[in-house]
Amino acid sequence: MLKQMEGSRAVAEAVALCRPEVICAYPISPQTHIVEALGEMVKDGSLAPCEFINVESEFAAMSVAVGASAAGARSYTATASQGLLYMAEAVFNASGLGLPIVMTVANRAIGAPINIWNDHSDALAMRDAGWIQLFAENNQEALDLHIQAFRLGEELSLPVMVCMDGFILTHAFERVDMPTQAQVDAYLPCYEPRQVLDPGEPVSIGAMVGPEAFMEVRYLAHARQMEALKLIPAYAAEFKAVFGRDSGGLCHSYRTEDAETIVVAMGSVLGTIKDVIDEMREAGHKIGVLGITLFRPFPVEGVRAGLLGAKRVVVLEKSMAVGLGGILSTNVRMALSGLHMHGYTVIAGLGGRAITRKSLLGLFLKAEKDELDHVTFLDLDWVMVNKQLEREKAHRRSGPVAENLLRDVGVVAARNY
Amino acid sequence: MSFQPIKFYQTGTFTVGNRLLPPEQRSVQASGKRFNSINSGHRACQGCGEALGARYAIDAAMEATDGRLVAANATGCLEVFSTPYPETSWQIPWIHSLFGNAAAVATGIAAALKVKGQAQTRVVAQGGDGGTTDIGFGCLSGMFERNDDVLYICYDNGGYMNTGVQRSSATPPAARTATTPAVGAAPGNVFGQGKFVPAIALAHDIPYVATATVADLRDLEAKVRRAMEIRGARYIHILVPCPLGWGTQSNETIKMARLAKETGIFPVFEAEHGEIKAVLPIRHQLPVEEYLKPQKRYAHLFGKQPQVEVIARLQALADRNIKRYGLLGQG
Ligand SMILES: Cc1ncc(C[n+]2csc(CCOP(=O)(O)OP(=O)(O)O)c2C)c(N)n1
Ligand code: SF4
Ligand SMILES: [Mg+2]
Repeated sequence: MLKQMEGSRAVAEAVALCRPEVICAYPISPQTHIVEALGEMVKDGSLAPCEFINVESEFAAMSVAVGASAAGARSYTATASQGLLYMAEAVFNASGLGLPIVMTVANRAIGAPINIWNDHSDALAMRDAGWIQLFAENNQEALDLHIQAFRLGEELSLPVMVCMDGFILTHAFERVDMPTQAQVDAYLPCYEPRQVLDPGEPVSIGAMVGPEAFMEVRYLAHARQMEALKLIPAYAAEFKAVFGRDSGGLCHSYRTEDAETIVVAMGSVLGTIKDVIDEMREAGHKIGVLGITLFRPFPVEGVRAGLLGAKRVVVLEKSMAVGLGGILSTNVRMALSGLHMHGYTVIAGLGGRAITRKSLLGLFLKAEKDELDHVTFLDLDWVMVNKQLEREKAHRRSGPVAENLLRDVGVVAARNY
Repeated sequence: MSFQPIKFYQTGTFTVGNRLLPPEQRSVQASGKRFNSINSGHRACQGCGEALGARYAIDAAMEATDGRLVAANATGCLEVFSTPYPETSWQIPWIHSLFGNAAAVATGIAAALKVKGQAQTRVVAQGGDGGTTDIGFGCLSGMFERNDDVLYICYDNGGYMNTGVQRSSATPPAARTATTPAVGAAPGNVFGQGKFVPAIALAHDIPYVATATVADLRDLEAKVRRAMEIRGARYIHILVPCPLGWGTQSNETIKMARLAKETGIFPVFEAEHGEIKAVLPIRHQLPVEEYLKPQKRYAHLFGKQPQVEVIARLQALADRNIKRYGLLGQG
């Protein structure tokens, strides 16, 4: 059914349709609306049977989910940013134990300086935690990916992170097609765990493993992720058969036929990029974009195939490998090994910095002429940066960096959020 | 089994001779049908109080739940010595996740069992003092505060034993550990620090809080049994001497636990909804030296020049316990 609703609400309703049995909640923006909505559904009885637990930290949220999942319950939680880092130890543990927990990450920057706005630093900091990581382009896809996530995670006994841009998607009101319970039930079978804590058949889970088998255990985790590369397109196809629309998959090309320049990106910025590409195509530019839906496992072959004909690749990412450049771009490089093409890394939109069509157009035009630096920080205010650098050179005690910059910017940034 | 009624007699320990009791009153451990929840073959040190405490507690919980029990375990000696895979000592469904989250994992298990209509299966969480009073304290307090249906058992050996005997917030003052060495002007652990988590558990007003030692098997079993009669958050804190960390003989474990209780160093009590209901009274009050002397972790107090002042401070702590909890029976 078509409905106009907030992204968070859409995700909450989709999660509810998946019949989760244990939900753990801890507040952090911009994820909070999702668990608030689910909490209400459990309390008013519309989502039952389900236990909704207000925990004391994200570390506890993931730990409760670990216990619930190990005892055979379909388990869900949501977080962002500091919350994801706070639960990090348990995030690795959930995948190590092979527990198919589904978690929404409403992508948000990581402090310091503390910042509630969107970028991808949080989810990408957990890129090697052993979770499947899916990135939604819009609210419809966010909704759909959650339904696929439970199916995928439970089939493979792996946890799945569904990433959606904080505020840009979570707080945006958009029209979505909300599936019916019958559709979701037809697509998503009951959770049949491979291992379960059951007095009838006692097992010990979580034993210490030494050098004699640790490598093999880790390899099997890798092999299982590789299996996801095959399952995801199959599940996306099945999804289309039941729900009547394309959603999910590994990665998607847009207007890349005969393209000399291909942009690579993840998440909601793909919408803006596509608008710019439409505009440039009309003006005769040979440019397209490859949107990456699945970040872990990284679809190396899909990305390579999607970029093969290009002369240059511009990876635009909302994340940063400090001291190196980009995170997404290093992953894309892996897919391009042996190929000779120009590769550019563009860091954009950190901490919610707007990525405008105008800036993108300027950037892509420059890229086409191979005038870009290897690593570019889009719309960086060099005056501000240089002023601080000078300050630091002049005085050892030049003060806290973030506060200095805010003082330079003036009152615009001094609002209360 | 034929049963010959004989008059009770009291052993020097004031425990009633088990074999003289009618079968239904005998301890779970004395029964041939005990569950052996932690089976033989584990890798604990000889005389490990933690292995003993866990065996007593979990067997009693198994008895009380008719074998329907799931355990979540924190990282620590108990976890490491019980699961040298491919061998495992556990005869019950058991999970180890992390060092600091046993209480939360147990909450998740209890929630899953409830939602699946299997609430007759009960959940215990267990951890050492480090995993309970320090790194796992947030999760523990959260579980208490929500009154989740979990029995949490802390095996307190007064330090981080698994990593080589470092100080925890349950390490007693003056005790030598690897991070509170017996050097300098005030050798051993500092006075005026640390916390007694049973008292903090009481402050959560949870349905049941108890302390116990491995010296009183019957008392420990009764407390586990009582805890399993109750729904909601429950906490049992068991003093479990560690021969390795304390520097005691492996045949002295039970004696050390008894001395801790008889000197007032470790108060043994039982509480419901924040109110203390009963204490295990001191029978023969002993000076703290009796408890301290056999332990190498206090050896620096008994050198050529005994540290009488430090010993007096420890005696004062024991006296405070005796007064606070009414351990001499005059309540
Ligand atoms: C997050 C984390 N920090 C530290 C450790 C290292 N560690 C493992 S067991 C342990 C000591 C456990 O002490 P305690 O909980 O008192 O149990 P005991 O071994 O004394 O029974 C420590 C420090 C760990 N495994 N995880
Ligand atoms: S170090 Fe102490 S607690 Fe650990 S196994 Fe040995 S005796 Fe038991
Ligand atoms: Mg300990």
